Amino acid sequence: MAETAAPFLPRALRGSPWVFHVGTSGCNNCDIEIADCLTPRFDVERFGVRLVGSPRHADVLLVSGPVSLACRRPLQETWLDMPSPRAALLVGACACSMGGYRDAYGVAGPADRVLREVEPGARIAYVPGCPPKPETIIAGLVRLLEAP
Amino acid sequence: MADPSAPSVIEIGPFHPLLEEPVGFSLTVEGERVVAIEARMDYIHKGLERLAQERTYDMVPILLERICGICSVTHSVCFCHAVEDLLGVAIPPRAAYVRTILGEIERLHSHLLWVGLAGHFIGYNTVFMWAWKYREPVCDLFEMLTGHRQNSAMPLVGGVRRDLPVEHFPAARRILDELEGQVERLTAAVLDDPVLAARLGGVGVLTAAQALDYGVVGPTARASGLDTDVRRDEPYGAYGEVEWKVVTRPGGDVLSKAVVRLLEIPESIRILRQCMDRMPPGPIDLGLLHVPPGEGIGRYEAPRGEDVHYVRSDGTNMPARLKVRAPSFVNIPSFRASCLGAPLADVMITLAACDPCYSCTERAVALLAPGGGPAAGVPGLLEASRRRTLEVARELGRRPAPGPGPDRWEG
Repeated sequence: MAETAAPFLPRALRGSPWVFHVGTSGCNNCDIEIADCLTPRFDVERFGVRLVGSPRHADVLLVSGPVSLACRRPLQETWLDMPSPRAALLVGACACSMGGYRDAYGVAGPADRVLREVEPGARIAYVPGCPPKPETIIAGLVRLLEAP
Repeated sequence: MADPSAPSVIEIGPFHPLLEEPVGFSLTVEGERVVAIEARMDYIHKGLERLAQERTYDMVPILLERICGICSVTHSVCFCHAVEDLLGVAIPPRAAYVRTILGEIERLHSHLLWVGLAGHFIGYNTVFMWAWKYREPVCDLFEMLTGHRQNSAMPLVGGVRRDLPVEHFPAARRILDELEGQVERLTAAVLDDPVLAARLGGVGVLTAAQALDYGVVGPTARASGLDTDVRRDEPYGAYGEVEWKVVTRPGGDVLSKAVVRLLEIPESIRILRQCMDRMPPGPIDLGLLHVPPGEGIGRYEAPRGEDVHYVRSDGTNMPARLKVRAPSFVNIPSFRASCLGAPLADVMITLAACDPCYSCTERAVALLAPGGGPAAGVPGLLEASRRRTLEVARELGRRPAPGPGPDRWEG
């Protein structure tokens, strides 16, 4: 069933997904690698991936870093601001599973748990690594777009 | 209808397209002029110092690499400096050279990153793309020498964990040769560009007197004419043995800060070449097994300025207290001097000019007085801090290490 189902995002969005980047209390490393994807060597804009300035224009939310207590509500509000169908790409070990900050007192949880508090069926893909290389981030985005 | 001359407040953040990190600014503006600025910087607070007290001395440098993705070598080496100060040991010369090479590669990629972001902030994306294109080979160089693009996991108390692959030095030298020409062209283009000179010159000026008042460090201080650099003033690593010079500029504006960073890149390349030429043979690690009770302070010249770590040990295998004073912590308050009275359009680039790293800075906690409410004044803060230290020690089941008694502070 899963193999024959149509991809989750409509064709128009798959061709040119616009992304909004949210750094939730990470260490900057993943944010820099995300910015690296936009610069000449990797240049994802040639595939139609564009970083936009407002969540209301975005199809995919890029989240990096563990979600701190102070960032929990802003992240959820940003997610709810995005139009459906929407998907999230969690970049880096911290966003996926809190990484090294698992035992810290100031974190609210990994980003998938925080997003599913407001939308239990949220569409989420994971890119592990500390930080993941730009190639990995691009591969993760492609998997997210092609997945049913 | 609102009174058009009344001040209005503009909220920026926590998620903003120009900010990589969550941080909140509220700017009070009268017309175009900014009259007050408030920053809210607790969005990134995770409790990293507390976490370090639950990690062994071998694990802490790896955790501290995750304070800031750009200064990963900085924080881990600075912690090692603090523990080595506590122990009173000097690391083997080869380890000092390895640390210097890692630190200078980090400075290269950090400065190129800033130049690109500064271009992005003023809407000049050509500079952004150009600088980041030249930054890629630096990341390749780091990966070639350490196995990772940013986090090397190499610094270790008493030396480094792994040696550098000497067989890759010829390739590394080729990357540096190529980079030198590219940066020269980039610097010339930035300096000759009338658009950049008009946009950045005279903007966000921090005078030398203001820089001293705020105690700013690093390129922010050097661009205001203060001749300060830990690498020269208190040499560590290989900096005492190689030739290089401290770059200063008198202007204090954003253009001077850009020029200082751009001119530091060739100096870093010079240091790297000399270090690779003169790598001394010998061990890379002292093989330390025990840290006795005591306290130590480490200093390190990060790409953004002087980084200070304080470590207190109680004789166990984990630090009893770690305090991180990142360079951005003293650079960020200078916004008040450089931004007030400036037009709103200049604020973003002025904020970016000291290369603020919010994830380095957010080590702060709210201190509450015994009856609730914020602790006020120096005695209140000291009392709250002392109480919290005792609580943490009790939670960890440890005896607090002998520190300065209360009498020393009550003068």
